[in-house]
Amino acid sequence: MAIAATTPKETFRLSMLIYDTRYRSYTIQFVVLVLFVAFLAWLLNNTIINLAAKDKDINFSFLFQRAGYDLDQQLIPYTNDSTHGRALFVGLLNTLIVAVFGCFFATIIGVVAGVLRLSHNWVVSRLMTVYVETFRNIPLLLWIILAFVILSETAPSPRDFKVTDEMVAAGTEPAAHMILWDTVAITNRGTNIPMPYVDHHIGTLNFLDVPFNLTVAVALLIVLAGGYVNRIINRRAQVIQETTGVRPTTWWQSILVLFGPLVVYLWAMGLHWDLPVLGGFNFAGGINVAHSFTALLIAISLYTGAFIAEAVRGGILAISRGQTEAAFALGVRPGRTMQLVILPQALRVIIPPLISQYLNLTKNTTLGMAISYLDLKGTLGGITLNQTGRELECMLLMMAIYLTLSLIISSMMNVYNTAMKLKER
Amino acid sequence: MSNNNASFVRTEMLGSQEPPTSERGAIKWVRENLFSSALNSILTLLGVAAIYLIISGSLPWFLHGVWNASSMGECRQIVADNYGEGASGACWAMIHERWHQYMFGFYPRELYWRPVTAFALMIVSLAPVLYYNNRRTDTVMTGVVSVLLMLALWGVNTPGSVFAAVFLLFAVIVAVARVAPKYLVWVTILFPAVGFLLLWGGSVWSPVGAMAGFVLIGITYSLTKDRLGVPVGTGVGVIIASIWWLFIQSHVTGPLASAMNLGFEKVDSDQFGGFLLAFVIGVTAISASLPVGILLALGRRSDMPLIKALSVGFIEFIRGVPLITMLFTASLLLQYFLPPQTKFDLILRVIILVTVFSAAYIAEVIRGGLAALPKGQYEAADALGLDYWQAQRLIIMPQALKISIPGIVSSFIGLFKDTTLVALVGLADPLQGITKIVRADINWKGIYWEPYIFVGLIFFVVCFSMSRYSMYLENKLKRDHR
Repeated sequence: MAIAATTPKETFRLSMLIYDTRYRSYTIQFVVLVLFVAFLAWLLNNTIINLAAKDKDINFSFLFQRAGYDLDQQLIPYTNDSTHGRALFVGLLNTLIVAVFGCFFATIIGVVAGVLRLSHNWVVSRLMTVYVETFRNIPLLLWIILAFVILSETAPSPRDFKVTDEMVAAGTEPAAHMILWDTVAITNRGTNIPMPYVDHHIGTLNFLDVPFNLTVAVALLIVLAGGYVNRIINRRAQVIQETTGVRPTTWWQSILVLFGPLVVYLWAMGLHWDLPVLGGFNFAGGINVAHSFTALLIAISLYTGAFIAEAVRGGILAISRGQTEAAFALGVRPGRTMQLVILPQALRVIIPPLISQYLNLTKNTTLGMAISYLDLKGTLGGITLNQTGRELECMLLMMAIYLTLSLIISSMMNVYNTAMKLKER
Repeated sequence: MSNNNASFVRTEMLGSQEPPTSERGAIKWVRENLFSSALNSILTLLGVAAIYLIISGSLPWFLHGVWNASSMGECRQIVADNYGEGASGACWAMIHERWHQYMFGFYPRELYWRPVTAFALMIVSLAPVLYYNNRRTDTVMTGVVSVLLMLALWGVNTPGSVFAAVFLLFAVIVAVARVAPKYLVWVTILFPAVGFLLLWGGSVWSPVGAMAGFVLIGITYSLTKDRLGVPVGTGVGVIIASIWWLFIQSHVTGPLASAMNLGFEKVDSDQFGGFLLAFVIGVTAISASLPVGILLALGRRSDMPLIKALSVGFIEFIRGVPLITMLFTASLLLQYFLPPQTKFDLILRVIILVTVFSAAYIAEVIRGGLAALPKGQYEAADALGLDYWQAQRLIIMPQALKISIPGIVSSFIGLFKDTTLVALVGLADPLQGITKIVRADINWKGIYWEPYIFVGLIFFVVCFSMSRYSMYLENKLKRDHR
């Protein structure tokens, strides 16, 4: 048997770094690494030179200095004597509240529009197509500015609400009315909505200068506990159904558990509403919601809603027609088919784009700066930046915060995706 | 019974009866589509009510529109005179008066022919990209564009000599489209330099020098590709071109410019505005972000850990921050990161950052397309002995890009809509920059629906046609029979 006694000896030649596919990738990566590090060093060097030329340093101590400016919407106590750091926090909360409300409304609008767009009803589906296409193809900034301009320029001024004695005598009506049974007043200075008050306050807990309202906290706890008990009830009903085939009626138990304790608690605490009342030249009482918030919320919900509608429609269309037909063949009615067969499968397709829309919505809240909504961009990246002149620190901090927000949202998406993934083989 | 003509046995078939009236024609359609169930009937009624409310509220306003007036007060007066006191009417006269500002911003009035011609050339250079070698479409497209261009040039009072020159140029282009549409590609290749020259003006030699750099890359690449492979060849080309751009170009173009001073009057970036600005940023960023996005997507799927890590970090960072922070980085922070005394045009900075931003999103879309390809395609390419770049070019990318067309186009649409954000860093975009100026004018105080409807309509037309084109392309490229 002739065996090749000598295999050609592997010798390493320098040219193999380029020509041999085994080594080439190392060469390329090495070159890229060198270029990248050189680029970073160049940026850093430039920054140091520029900072030195402007006689500046990188220093975050301005966050603990007095801010000296007022904010028109604050969820935690803030005055112009507070620090820049606190202004940042107020701005962040303003960003988050628009984002949370926006996601909530956009989801409702989007799901309704997406489902209705698939409806066999000709009028409704066309109407929804027009809505989706209009909002998707026109910049968000336009909707925000338009909503703001309309709210602040067409809304009546507070004195139009005034009913004077002459008016009563002449039997004429004032130029403007409050809406929703005299509880909400939309004026050119903002929207006044009722504010809940309780007679017996449990108290507040101060944590890092941020007051936490214990009454609200207890109410939240009660709601959570109710939800937990409701889950236990449903699970028991499920077990009974699986063993006996008959599902016990539980809807009245659910309602009782979910809402009963809350109603009792609020009644015991003496809940009442502080309604906006016209006094002098403006409305007093209630909560005054700035138009910048309302306009941003309306525009961003309608705009994102159009995108969510497309995601929902795509998700439902992605479920093969055979599923519907199989359900119909089993005698399941259309509504139940949607609820039991289509939606559970479609959700798997819908959720990822839905979350990325939430992400977009959160990032789009920065457009509020066009109508001077003071969110994170408005406080940290706006007034604080201009007052302290620390562009580098403010921008870096702001990017870091937005990056953290995005990472939190997208990691939640990843957790959900892994949980919902089709378990195959 | 032999008698077989029993009267109750029919010998010929009856013709089929008409369906009952409720089951045919308009009534059937209405019953099935509008009133098939109680819920549907309610929805229909609600929908009709909504349509009625919208139309009854806005139609008179649209119909009473005034096109010729010089101020808001005059508009209101004309509406009141014609349709009675208290009638509402749109004041389109504002658009009529501010048309040029909306289109060109503060671009010098006597030079309007330059952006107009550049825009026409852009559409011509799109023709071979959108409809490659399609003689009929290309001819129609260039012909229509030429006619419209001539009308537009006439509308902005172009001097006669310029008019004649542009006319000749477009006559040649239409002839080329008619005879050999393939050669229209040259318009596309030369457009970046020509467009830059027309819009910003200045000496002819600087865009020529910049183009020469790309020619150098091309030459080096084709000479070294076979021996060094695609990535190394391109790298060497880029290095040579960079040396040319950074060190040699100015020494060559400077003397050339002083010896032969060809060129146009210079226009500064801060004179750009309106839809001119939106299109300059949008078109440049769109055409630049696709190749960058492809490279990023390939980087993210690369086997080399370092390349992959860099791509992932870059993409996730860009996708994690809002575009506005990027724009403010362009306007505030770049002065820290660049060498001192670097003068860097604001529009160019914005274009670069918008491109980078949109490239990250496109990379994710294309990554989705790459992931959707069956593994067999990669293995088949390997089995044929194709190297990485051949496989990408011939097998992988055509399929992956086809899958990702809807996503890519919606990224483009998003990018074009995002050009409005440049107003926040001080550029005069049509939506906020120009409209703010108009609304600050004492004559047009209190106008709000008209400018937003006008701007919104133009954005809608552009974005909607992009999405329709993507549907056309999807259909055209569809290869399976489902």
